[in-house]
Amino acid sequence: MEPVPAASSSFLEADRLALQIGERWLCCEFSLSLGAGECLVLLGPNGAGKTTLLHTFAGLRTPTAGTVRLAGRPLGDWASGEVARYRGLLPQQQPDHFSSTVLETVLVGRHPHLGRWGWESAEDESIARGALQDVGLADMDRRDILTLSGGERQRVAIAALLAQAPRLYLLDEPTNHLDLHYQIQVLELFRRKAGNGCAVAMVLHDINLAARYADYIILFDGRGGVVAGTCEQVLQANRLSHAFGHPLERHGLDGKSVFLPV
Amino acid sequence: MPGRRRAIRVSVSLAAVGVLAFAWALSTGDVEVGMRQVLAALLGTEQGLAADVVRHLRLPRAVAVFVCGGLLALAGALMQVLLRNPLADPYILGISGGAAVGALCAMLLGLSPLAIDGAAFAGALAAMLLVFGLAHGDGSWTQTRLLLTGVIVAAGCGAVITLLLSLAPDTRIQSMLFWLMGDASGATRPWPAAVVLAIGLLVVLPFARDLNVLARGETTALTLGVRVQRLRYMLYVVASLLTAVAVTLIGSVGFVGLIVPHLVRFAIGNDQRLLLPAASLAGGVLLLVADTTARTIIAPVQLPVGVLTALIGVPVFLFLLSRHRR
Repeated sequence: MEPVPAASSSFLEADRLALQIGERWLCCEFSLSLGAGECLVLLGPNGAGKTTLLHTFAGLRTPTAGTVRLAGRPLGDWASGEVARYRGLLPQQQPDHFSSTVLETVLVGRHPHLGRWGWESAEDESIARGALQDVGLADMDRRDILTLSGGERQRVAIAALLAQAPRLYLLDEPTNHLDLHYQIQVLELFRRKAGNGCAVAMVLHDINLAARYADYIILFDGRGGVVAGTCEQVLQANRLSHAFGHPLERHGLDGKSVFLPV
Repeated sequence: MPGRRRAIRVSVSLAAVGVLAFAWALSTGDVEVGMRQVLAALLGTEQGLAADVVRHLRLPRAVAVFVCGGLLALAGALMQVLLRNPLADPYILGISGGAAVGALCAMLLGLSPLAIDGAAFAGALAAMLLVFGLAHGDGSWTQTRLLLTGVIVAAGCGAVITLLLSLAPDTRIQSMLFWLMGDASGATRPWPAAVVLAIGLLVVLPFARDLNVLARGETTALTLGVRVQRLRYMLYVVASLLTAVAVTLIGSVGFVGLIVPHLVRFAIGNDQRLLLPAASLAGGVLLLVADTTARTIIAPVQLPVGVLTALIGVPVFLFLLSRHRR
């Protein structure tokens, strides 16, 4: 993580950010800046504060100290509809109690682009269908979401996020429920989004997938400590072992590092 | 594809069915009145007994019943989104319980019909404020907390209702039970409620797409720019007021508020922009048909309309549910 640059070329900046839940500090004063084409991964044990940090980036909660800026502007200065067109969040879970078709669910992502009385246009529909195509669900558009499997449901949520078309993607465990094929496909998809001028920050649990797709990593140790930096800086066996409370070993494989639990 | 055109088509079709239901309600009864006479009576070009029956007895009652059905169905649809619970109905948060306590107290004291209406409305408002205050408590306002508070207040009201019934003299028991089951025979001033229904629709329709988003979860809604807390307050206040007005007018008619939103959802999906106006109209039609049936099926005995809504609604609902799952 470079120091915060003066210009607002960065999509997401955190300035001396600190998060506290109750009496517990999740992370203490750290800063970061994420620009176009960059991909940040949050790693750490359960309950370490990854989701809390992601939600703080999204503006769903205010940090205990410090500020979050999107495109150089503090989060508080954004109108709710405006910020919804700039950043999108994939929640960890998709609670569904009411039935709805896959296409309708994806069209919900177009909400911030429509006026108060607006209805989805043919263009919105083609954006939604394109998003379904991207996650391999093009032929499922009329299915009821309550009949889908967990992995299909996750891909519908990803398609809804793609339909929202933000510049900054905040993903909470995007590979949840996905089989290996779609884990890779989804991560490649967001890597391409970054390549096309967006920025991505995501929570992952797989260290090796993180190593493969991240430019920067924030590693939580679950005790309030946070290490931030490039993959090479952060992904070290001793640090990871300390953070996850389980010994990990680094293995070289075709010139790449692979981390395996002992 | 959901679209504005489809919303208009659905609403117009339901309105047409509504006209038919009105035609039936106005022409049927102890005095059979032909369609031409009904029309003439409504236009004021005919005088006489039949015209008086249509104008002063059947029309106010039909409007009251139709409006109440609309109010309850709309309130039920809103409550289901607010609580994100398909089992929610307008009475789940104790509004009808509060109204019933008020109304039964007034009946026990032998007050005038107007005072009974006033007491019912006051009771509904008291329950609404009580639940809101208790659920709001420390500032957090979760669905579970709201639901539990409402259900407990409703249960408390239920106990008070039973107490009032056990204390009531035999001469008043019948009218009290009729009030509880929903009774349209005393509804002579339906027009204020019609205005409330229209205002309610005008208030919520601009937020209908926000409700679609809210149905997909609070986090998603917040992320997509919906001001969730403000929307929830609005839903709670509007749904409660609609329910209070309906219950004041004809008592706590069951099932309409629970079943009609689901029936409409089976038919046209869960887009609130279609669902809210369609459910209002469908609720009106269902209750009007039920009431006309209730007062004619074993005439001159008039059944409480609430019994009929359940008798019609339950099998229709179960039929659609079994077909839908396939």
